[in-house]
Amino acid sequence: MPISTEDIRYVAFLARITFAPEELKRFATQLETILEYIEQLEELDVSDVRPTTHVLPVKNVLRKDEKRESLSSEAVMKNAPSKQNAFFKVPRIIQDK
Amino acid sequence: MDFETVIGLEVHVQLSTASKVFCGCGTLFGEAANTQTCPVCLGLPGSLPVLNKEAFRKAIKAALALNCEIAEITKFDRKHYFYPDLPKNFQISQFDMPFSRDGQLEIIIEEGIKRIGITRVHLEEDAGKLMHMADGDNSLVDFNRAGTPLLEIVSEPDMSSPEEAYAYLTELKAVMEYIEVSDCDMEKGSLRCDANISLRPRGTAGLGAKVEIKNMNSFKAVRAALQYEVNRQHDLLADGKTVVQETRLWDADGLYTTPMRGKEESHDYRYFPEPDLPLFEISRQMVADIRSGLPEMPARRRERFVSEYRLSEYDAGVLTQDKALADYFEEVLVDYNNPKMVANWLMGDILAYLSATNMTITEVKMTPQSLAKALKLQEDGVISGKIQKQILPVLLKEGKDPEAYVKEAGLAQISDEDELSRIVERVIAANPASVQSYREGKEKALGFLVGGVMKETRGKANPQLVNQLLKERLDTSNT
Repeated sequence: MPISTEDIRYVAFLARITFAPEELKRFATQLETILEYIEQLEELDVSDVRPTTHVLPVKNVLRKDEKRESLSSEAVMKNAPSKQNAFFKVPRIIQDK
Repeated sequence: MDFETVIGLEVHVQLSTASKVFCGCGTLFGEAANTQTCPVCLGLPGSLPVLNKEAFRKAIKAALALNCEIAEITKFDRKHYFYPDLPKNFQISQFDMPFSRDGQLEIIIEEGIKRIGITRVHLEEDAGKLMHMADGDNSLVDFNRAGTPLLEIVSEPDMSSPEEAYAYLTELKAVMEYIEVSDCDMEKGSLRCDANISLRPRGTAGLGAKVEIKNMNSFKAVRAALQYEVNRQHDLLADGKTVVQETRLWDADGLYTTPMRGKEESHDYRYFPEPDLPLFEISRQMVADIRSGLPEMPARRRERFVSEYRLSEYDAGVLTQDKALADYFEEVLVDYNNPKMVANWLMGDILAYLSATNMTITEVKMTPQSLAKALKLQEDGVISGKIQKQILPVLLKEGKDPEAYVKEAGLAQISDEDELSRIVERVIAANPASVQSYREGKEKALGFLVGGVMKETRGKANPQLVNQLLKERLDTSNT
């Protein structure tokens, strides 16, 4: 499956990271190799196999609807790079109107 | 060219639970910012979500009330996007294996009953709340709401007017309230709605370019925004222009929609199975149990009110919209079995009082038993309808016993003929001009004289008797 530098640029955009032009080229080649390797799996006939979403045979793990103690305000804000009073502070990203 | 409107709605309903959907934090509205948060709902590394049993049960209950098929197996997925109100940069939602599909909801429209298809109902977590600062550069984030259980209810594009969309929302809210899964308070954001709308030449089957509208804070806003879009799209198409497929925001002050900016990329959510939550099997036994616990739905109750109490469709509709009001109505009937009379007072003076005081029927002090008593007093002629109007606000506000209050305030109707005759004499003597007019054939003048008697008795005179006495007096003598 051919991977273009455009594909890499798009995936990078979705992850909000930027690559230098030479990185785009290198990652395109590497990703293509990885995908080709995985494509070997297509030789197998899996028509009788149900898609696997979880590998462990665990199901229906539920908890009671009970309120438990939340974190203290100090703990909540401990790693916040920017805050104002009890709020996390972030750059505004949508300009309404 | 003639166009028809195609509308589909996506409604989010917060489920009322004590704790969040994947962690034990509380779900109260209006708590101090970020005090209902923990490593799970803040998305801290290493934390693991565990599904809330009650949220899952209420979700299934809601889907059953909307006549959905309940899946045997359901799974959760991660929906990825970056936004500051989403701490993990993905929302735990459901993609290709929602727990329910293929339901329907009956709505009442002018032509009768219409069935609106429900595509799917799935369970997800709510996001946090952003407040934009006045400086314009920053926003503040409160994650108290992040992780609140949220139901997404997606309708088929089955509605063909803003009115139908409004009827659908009203009915959906009534159903959610009846089954007690949500408080549906739009002001608190417990119920939110986005709409998809397109126009197509009448009689054709394809769908036109679809516009999604967001930012509507009430059912009336949804209706107004949709009407605005119908007109806007109609004008474009009639001019031979095309409608751009986009998301638009409703401006509640200016009453128009504008394209939402900063969202030019089409969404690529990269859904994948949530590895931290296992699959969930829903046993048929559980489905049957929940189904058997469903109360009478608003549509059935409405039908019953029409057939059992002989109310009009309209009256039955108003009374059953609000479960508490319908319960109240039926409780009054236990003691005073005159459905039409009870309906009239409830829908008239009492609903007016509720709307003026911004209260619900459960918040007033007047019990159904006490309303029954008050209406009986009127039926027995102890008080007039006019006095009834006067005392109801007092009973509603203070919860007094109607009988005691009527006595204490001296409001009992005067039906004593001798006493009324004396007052009639006085009123006639004081208003010779009106007496003259009446005798000259002006029936209206009688009303003025009746009013005079009512004024003298401060509304307590028995009106039928006053009418009768006045007529006798005026028609038989010439003084």
